[in-house]
Amino acid sequence: MYPAPFEYERAESVEDALSLMDEHSDSITELLAGGHSLLPTMKAGLATPDVVIDIGEIDALRGIENAEGSITVGALTPYSAVDDSETVWTETAVFADAAHHIGDVQVRNRGTVGGNIAHADPASDLPAALLAADGTVIAHGPDGERSIAADEFFEASYMTALAEDELLTRIELPKRGGHAGAYAKKPSPSSGYAIVGVAVVLETDGNTVTDARVAVNGAMDHAVRLEPVEEALSGESFTDETITTAAERATDDLDTAMVMDDLQASNEFRAQLVEVYTERALDTALDRSSVAPPAAD
Amino acid sequence: MSIETIEAEEIDVEEVLGSAIERREDPELVTGEGVYTDDVQDPELAHMAVLRSQYGHAEIDGIDTSEAEAMDGVIGVYTAEDIDEAGTPGDLPVGWLLPDLKTPSHPILAGDRARYQGDGVAVVVAEERYLAHDALDRIDVDYERLDAVVDPKAAVEADAPQLHDWSEDPTDTDVRDDEDIERVPPNQAFDWEIGDSEATDEAFENAAHTVEVDLENQRLIPNAMEPRATVAEYKPGTGEVEVQMTSQNPHLHRQLMSAVLDVPEHKLHIVAPEVGGGFGSKIHHYPDEALTCWCAMQLERPVKWQATRSETYLTDAHGRDHVTHAELAMDDAGTITGMRVTTYAGMGAYLSTFAPSIPTYLYGTLLSGQYDIPAIHCNVIGSFTNGAPVDAYRGAGRPEALYVVERLVTLGAREMGMDPAAFRRQNFIPEDDFPHETPVAVVYDSGDYEPALDAALEMVEYEELRERQAELREEDRYLGIGFSSYIEACGLAPSELAGQLGAQAGLWESGLVRVHPSGTVTAFCGTSGHGQGHETTYAQIVSDELGVPYEDIEIVEGDTDEIPQGMGTYGSRSAAVGGSALATSSQKVVDKARTIAAHLLETGEEDLEFENGEFNVAGAPERSMTIQEVAQQAYLAHNIPEGVEPGLEETSFYDPENFTFPFGTHVAVVEVDPESGEIEFHQYAAVDDVGNQINPKIVEGQIHGGIAQGIGQALYEGAVYDDNGTLLTGSMQDYAVPKAEHVPNMETDATVTPAPHNPLGVKGVGEAGTIASPQAVVNAVTDALQPFDIDHIDMPLTEEKVWRAVNGSEEGS
Ligand SMILES: Cc1cc2nc3c(=O)[nH]c(=O)nc-3n(C[C@H](O)[C@H](O)[C@H](O)COP(=O)(O)OP(=O)(O)OC[C@H]3O[C@@H](n4cnc5c(N)ncnc54)[C@H](O)[C@@H]3O)c2cc1C
Repeated sequence: MYPAPFEYERAESVEDALSLMDEHSDSITELLAGGHSLLPTMKAGLATPDVVIDIGEIDALRGIENAEGSITVGALTPYSAVDDSETVWTETAVFADAAHHIGDVQVRNRGTVGGNIAHADPASDLPAALLAADGTVIAHGPDGERSIAADEFFEASYMTALAEDELLTRIELPKRGGHAGAYAKKPSPSSGYAIVGVAVVLETDGNTVTDARVAVNGAMDHAVRLEPVEEALSGESFTDETITTAAERATDDLDTAMVMDDLQASNEFRAQLVEVYTERALDTALDRSSVAPPAAD
Repeated sequence: MSIETIEAEEIDVEEVLGSAIERREDPELVTGEGVYTDDVQDPELAHMAVLRSQYGHAEIDGIDTSEAEAMDGVIGVYTAEDIDEAGTPGDLPVGWLLPDLKTPSHPILAGDRARYQGDGVAVVVAEERYLAHDALDRIDVDYERLDAVVDPKAAVEADAPQLHDWSEDPTDTDVRDDEDIERVPPNQAFDWEIGDSEATDEAFENAAHTVEVDLENQRLIPNAMEPRATVAEYKPGTGEVEVQMTSQNPHLHRQLMSAVLDVPEHKLHIVAPEVGGGFGSKIHHYPDEALTCWCAMQLERPVKWQATRSETYLTDAHGRDHVTHAELAMDDAGTITGMRVTTYAGMGAYLSTFAPSIPTYLYGTLLSGQYDIPAIHCNVIGSFTNGAPVDAYRGAGRPEALYVVERLVTLGAREMGMDPAAFRRQNFIPEDDFPHETPVAVVYDSGDYEPALDAALEMVEYEELRERQAELREEDRYLGIGFSSYIEACGLAPSELAGQLGAQAGLWESGLVRVHPSGTVTAFCGTSGHGQGHETTYAQIVSDELGVPYEDIEIVEGDTDEIPQGMGTYGSRSAAVGGSALATSSQKVVDKARTIAAHLLETGEEDLEFENGEFNVAGAPERSMTIQEVAQQAYLAHNIPEGVEPGLEETSFYDPENFTFPFGTHVAVVEVDPESGEIEFHQYAAVDDVGNQINPKIVEGQIHGGIAQGIGQALYEGAVYDDNGTLLTGSMQDYAVPKAEHVPNMETDATVTPAPHNPLGVKGVGEAGTIASPQAVVNAVTDALQPFDIDHIDMPLTEEKVWRAVNGSEEGS
């Protein structure tokens, strides 16, 4: 398919991007990062921006930084860089694991962390990982910079707390060396997007789970935490039995009527998959944790 | 174990045939040197885009093109009215007729009614492709939506929305007016049967055991890698139309398009440049290719049309779409005594070129499978539905038949409490019973089914596997083993038979072998490869026949000006029919060369031996001449025998005596997770008998691709229309074409039973994998789920369907 005509602008810096956004604020504008969601949508005629502002050349927004207390990932960092980063795997494995599960090689080389999170496709892989990792989104707007906690960020299908005049510049992921994290995904056989994807992060003390964060993509209109699972894990010893019991609670708080229902999977079956993949994510986390002997992946 | 390829230089002429020579077409294709239709450039080129109905069924009350016409750079906007006014026939013909077949008019642009989503209603020609597409949005069509019907069975119910208005069809008034005749449902295209219905009913009355199944063979979308495209140029001075298009059969397209456009055949030149796959979808004559030519003629400018992937989904002829009830009768020893099949076959909105033949003669005739079945009856009702027309798609009728047969046989074994392999073996046509005439009008000329089954059983270590299955079930793990002992019929022939069955074309093939004065060779064949590797395999055939080095042979296909005539590539016919034509022409070349050589060597023809390209006088090996030397003399013509014409080239039109009948057994081994419905392959073994193999690597590639496509049908693919006739699976986002990660490692092996009636002993392999694999997978999954008492799940076996079957829930998709 062919996109409708549009105007193209290239931003040289964050400031430049913000001023271009301001300049065109009367028109429909879209930011072009990796283009792997925007271009297909434009080609399908589902997005018809008047102006496309290309932020892809702003090098300052690319890269992974090992800061104190957190890992910072620039908005334009491609998934492949995340997947290739030993630091991210060590400090917040869930995020690296989710990036590893996105699309195919080309998609991982082009798609960006910021684009994935800002776009907030309910079937994308990074949102639940950001929730489980307890990450923070840093946004730049006309009034400067602000932080948005992951829990506050995703609002609905393609809807986030990001304002129209804001740019997502980076995310921050708390370092959790010694934690156990994993992402388990049921990809759609056609699109490769998540029918469901479950992200888990567990802090353990000895054999006991001290803190658990579990979130799911694909089930609801935006990534959500699975609090009943978290509760079922916290304070328990990290064993197969605990996992099974906890996974059974995966859909306790999900309103089945609101669970996504489409050609790929009915809401009933998706709910079933949420349980199955919660268990699988927890199994992987257990395998990776110090509780169990490390297994080859 | 995969077959290693060999470089051509490493091979002696006597070993060329049967060697796994590297495909010679690949360097050009993988370096981007190959020219596909969309690569064709011309400074004058204009671009056509087609406005398609977004509705599955709608009356068209008016089309306002003025805004589009006013756009800068738009050259022309046309509707059905313009085609009418130009006096162009503009109606697509049906290439296969059945008794009482309804053949509704199929205009290249819909005039007053759109009958499927994607039906063309207008075209724009503009200076640029993007502009042409933008202009489509400015055309205002006044649609009045109509009720739609998409299910092949529901379509022939009395109250179904009617697609075609038969009162306007003079040929049909008899049926409608005669009160004595039960009224034919309006959407019924045909009601066809084969086999002896009385004998079959009797077999069922006397049966000790019967099984039955309701199954669907879902609608599939072909997905050739290259979407359809056409570039057309009109030469007003000569009245010629030069066309380059994505075609599997340029000569056939020429013949059909000549009628559609009213351009004499000799003024129409059609070339198929590199063509990126077809799977059948590029056989048929669609509206778009004719429209491109029509616009080029109107505007006297070269025009290009390149389908988008979305258009491909909407308009490429789909495949399958059967709703079937099938039954099997057995005696008390588990010997099959009868089979009864009723099928509703969706034709889509119009009859595509060969559509009527697919669910009839290419389906009903294969229902005997590998089995000795005394009585079979099959009734097929074709129906018009508000979907894309359905036509040949890799396998075309035969996968549908073998799916029915192999599902029934699996259920029969289950009913009898017999091992499915043993049940098959017991019912196989015995090796000494060939030629074997089936009750469904075909004669299998050769076959030997047990060795293929045995080889497959050995590959999977069947007995151990059954033990392992039993052990795993103890642990609540569900392993399943599925068989498919299939038969195929390739190279539909002879032409006389095809004619009796309703074909409006012959099914021979032409081959021209031209030895040049220097002794190199160009061979021309009327088939038209589009990825299969004909340039390699045909060169192997000609090299073997002439004894000319493989490297010295060029193959030409896909050009109506260069190639004498042709029927094209489909139905796994190229090797068996086209290859045989080239072999026959090569033999004629050798015969003529022998006459000349005998003259020059001053000996009798009968005293000449011909081996590896050399004529030797028997007993006097020093007196010899190579075929290259003979060629030189043939063209010099200074000293050739009296009555012999100069030159060395021969043409033949090869019309086979019969189909060829490849066969084999595939075994799928899967594990099913009842919690998630997920299916994991443990093994996939395929033993195929495709006759002599010209190039085992190419055979292997065809088998692999075919199996992958069949697994696609079994597990992933399926075109879904909603009740309004809107295609819900209109892109790769929603329609799951299998990817590498979805297909198992395939182990292949072969038995070789040469085809008895063609010069090469080859049968055909293009469709074998697609015909064999779906039921192997479905049988494996239902075998795995036997503890849950599941007899059947309709394809595609999505995880949700499997999960629902296990959980006994009826809802959902
Ligand atoms: C074949 C294919 C397979 C895919 N498979 C997967 C998959 O398995 N899992 C998955 O998660 N995704 C998948 N994707 C989507 C891919 O991950 C996209 O890259 C991602 O959704 C968007 O990131 P992007 O950088 O490409 O953004 P773009 O497409 O450039 O932009 C998308 C949207 O986000 C906005 N945006 C982008 N960057 C910013 C920013 N810094 N600040 C504010 N707004 C911004 C844009 O305005 C636009 O609206 C797939 C895509 C394709 C084409």
